[in-house]
Amino acid sequence: MRDLLLILIPFAGAAAALAWQGERSRPYLLPATSLLHTALALWLLFDPPVVGPGAWFGFDPLARAMLPAVSILFLVCSFYCVPYLRTCISRPNRIFVALLLAMLGLMSAAHEARHLGLLWIATEALTFAAVPIVHFAGTPRAFEATWKYLLIGGTGIALSLLGSFCLGYASLSGGGTGDLTFTALVAQGGSLSGPWVVIAWVFLLAGYGTKMGLAPMHTWKPDVYGEAPGVMGAILAGGVTTVAFTALLRVRAVVDAAGESAMASRTLMAIGLFSMLVAALFLLGTRDFKRMLAYSSVEHMGILVIATALGKVGVWAALFHVWNNSFTKGTLFMSAGNIRRAAGAHTVDEVSGMSAITPRSAAIFVTAMLAVTACPPFGPFFSELLIVRTAFATNHLAGAAIFLGCLLFAFFGMTRLVFAVVDGKPRPAAVQGRKRFAETAGVVLPPLVLLVLSLWLGLATPQVLRDSWTAAAEQIFPGP
Amino acid sequence: MSGTVNLLIGIAMGLNLMALGSSRLPSVIRAVAVQGVVLGLIPLLLNQGFEWMVILMAVGTVFLKGFVIPHLLRRAMRAANIDREIDPIVGYVPSLLLGAAGAIVAVAVTYRLPLLPEHSHTLLVPGSLATIFTGFILLICRVKAISQVCGYLILENGIYLFGLLLIHATPLLVESGILLDLAVGVFVIGIIADRIQRAFDSLDTRKLTVLRE
Repeated sequence: MRDLLLILIPFAGAAAALAWQGERSRPYLLPATSLLHTALALWLLFDPPVVGPGAWFGFDPLARAMLPAVSILFLVCSFYCVPYLRTCISRPNRIFVALLLAMLGLMSAAHEARHLGLLWIATEALTFAAVPIVHFAGTPRAFEATWKYLLIGGTGIALSLLGSFCLGYASLSGGGTGDLTFTALVAQGGSLSGPWVVIAWVFLLAGYGTKMGLAPMHTWKPDVYGEAPGVMGAILAGGVTTVAFTALLRVRAVVDAAGESAMASRTLMAIGLFSMLVAALFLLGTRDFKRMLAYSSVEHMGILVIATALGKVGVWAALFHVWNNSFTKGTLFMSAGNIRRAAGAHTVDEVSGMSAITPRSAAIFVTAMLAVTACPPFGPFFSELLIVRTAFATNHLAGAAIFLGCLLFAFFGMTRLVFAVVDGKPRPAAVQGRKRFAETAGVVLPPLVLLVLSLWLGLATPQVLRDSWTAAAEQIFPGP
Repeated sequence: MSGTVNLLIGIAMGLNLMALGSSRLPSVIRAVAVQGVVLGLIPLLLNQGFEWMVILMAVGTVFLKGFVIPHLLRRAMRAANIDREIDPIVGYVPSLLLGAAGAIVAVAVTYRLPLLPEHSHTLLVPGSLATIFTGFILLICRVKAISQVCGYLILENGIYLFGLLLIHATPLLVESGILLDLAVGVFVIGIIADRIQRAFDSLDTRKLTVLRE
C-alpha cells in the first residue's frame, strides 16, 4: 500500500494544483507534495515492503535503489521552483505545477512498474507530460526544441513498444502465456524464443536508449536541455533518464534469463562507449553552457550502460553512479539556470565574468563541474573509479582505455567552457542584469544542498544505500 | 475469418502506398484516417467471444484514429494555408518504390521469423513491418510537420498491428492504456505543430534549424 502511495500522492498534488486558485500560492504545492513523497520514499528505503511476485507495481529492490534519489532531486528542485515561478509570474503556472507533480507520480510509477506494458505506459506519459514544461518559455527556439523532442522521443517510445510486444511474443512462441510481468518473463527464462528475445532487445535498447539519450539517439537532448527551464533540465537529466535506465536494467534481467547475456553485454558496451565518445567530442566543441550540460548527460548515460555491461559489480557501481548523477546534474542545471538568467544569454560568446555578477552561483557551478568530471572527493569519482576497476578486473582493457580517454576529453571540454563563463570581465548586458536577478537564498541553497549531498555520498556512503544497491544488483544478476 | 483479417490488412498496406505516393496533404490525411478505421476493426474479428471491453476499445480506436485526429490535422492544415508537400527530401516515385520494396522485404523476412502456426498464415506480421517502414519513410523524407505527424501515425498503426499478435495474452486494461497513451501522444504532437505554425508562420520543419552546434 505504501508503495502505491508513492504514485498516488503526487497525482493528488497535481489535482490540487489544477483546482488551486491563487497564482502566487500555487507553487508552494510543489515542495509540500514532494516533502511527503520524499519522506515516504526514505521510509520505504529504510523499511522495504514485501512485494508479491505477481504485483504490477511494487517497491522492489531495484526501485528501492533508485527512486529515493529521484525523489530527493525532485524535492530540492521543487524548492527552487517557488522563487523561479515568482520571477515569471506573468505566465500562468497552473499547468507547470500540475504537470511537474504528475511527472513525479509517473516517475514513481515507472520505477515501480513490474509489468512491461505498464512500464511503457508510464514512460510514454512521462514523455508527453514534460512537453508543456519544455516550451514554458514560449519562444520560437523553445518550440523548435519541443518539436525535436516530440518526434525523436515519440519514435523512440514507439520502438520500445514494439520491443515490448516482441518480448511478449518471445514468451508466446516459447510456449508461455505472453504474461508481460518481469517476474513471469524471468521465470520462463530459457524457454523464451531466442530470436524474438534478440529482436526485442534491439528495439527496447533503441527505444529506452532514446529516452536516456544514448548516442546516436541523443540528438534531442542538447536542444531540449538548452531551451527548457533549468529546473526541467535537472529533472530530465536526473530523473527521467533514471526511469529509462531502470527499464533497461529490468529488460536486461529478462534477456540474461533467456541466455542472451553475452549479446546484451556486448551491445551495451558498444553503445555506451560510442555515447561517451560522441559526448566528449561535442563537449570540446560546443559554445553553449546549457547544451554542454546535455552532452555531459549523454556522457554519464554512456557510463551507466558501460557499467551495466560489466556484470554484478558493474551494476552496483552503476546504481551508485545514478545517485551521483542525479545530485550533480541537479546542482549544475540549477546553478547554470541562475547564471543564464542573470546574464540573459547562454553562449560563451555573450557571457563572461559571471563570478563578479553571481559569485555564489558561479562558485557552485565550478565546484559542481569538478564534481561531475569525477574529481575526488565527490561521489562520481568513487563510482567511476569502481567502474574502471571492474572493467580492468573483467579484462575489458580497450573499453577501460577509451572510457578514461573520454573522461579526460570531457574534462577538458567542460573546464574550457565553465571557466570562460566564470572568469574575465562581465559583459554590459549582465551588469544591467544584476538588477533583474538577485541571488537570494531561494535560488542558491537548492543547488548547494545537492552539491553537499554529492560530497557526502563520496565521503561517507550510507550503509543503507550500499545494502540497497547490493540487493538491486542481486535482483538483476541472481546467483554468483 | 482469417480471410477477412487478411483483406483488411491488405487494404492497410495499399493505403501505405497511397500515403507515400501522394503529394496532396488531404489525401495523405485521408489515407491515414481510413487505415486507422480499418485497423481498428480487426480486434472485433480476432475475438471469437463477445467482450464489451474489446468492442469499447475498437470503437475508441476507430473514433480517435478515424475522426478526431484527422480532423485536428485538417484544421492545422487549413490554418497554415497549405495543402501540398512541396519538394520533399525524397520524391514521391522513389518513396513509393521504396515502400513497395519494403512490403516485399517484409513478406520475405516474415518467412524467416519463428512464428507460431496460427500466425504464419496471416498478414499480421508482414503488414505490420511494412507499415512501420512506411511510417519511417514519411517521418524522415517529408518536411512538412503535418506529413511527419502522418508518418508517426502510420508508424503507430504498424506497431498496433504487431500488438494484435498478443491480443489474447495482454490484459485489456494494459492494452487500452497503451491505446490511450498513443492517442494522447498524437494529440500533443498535433497541438505543438499548431504552435509551430503560429511561431514560425510555417509548417516547414526545415525552418527549425536555429538549434545546432
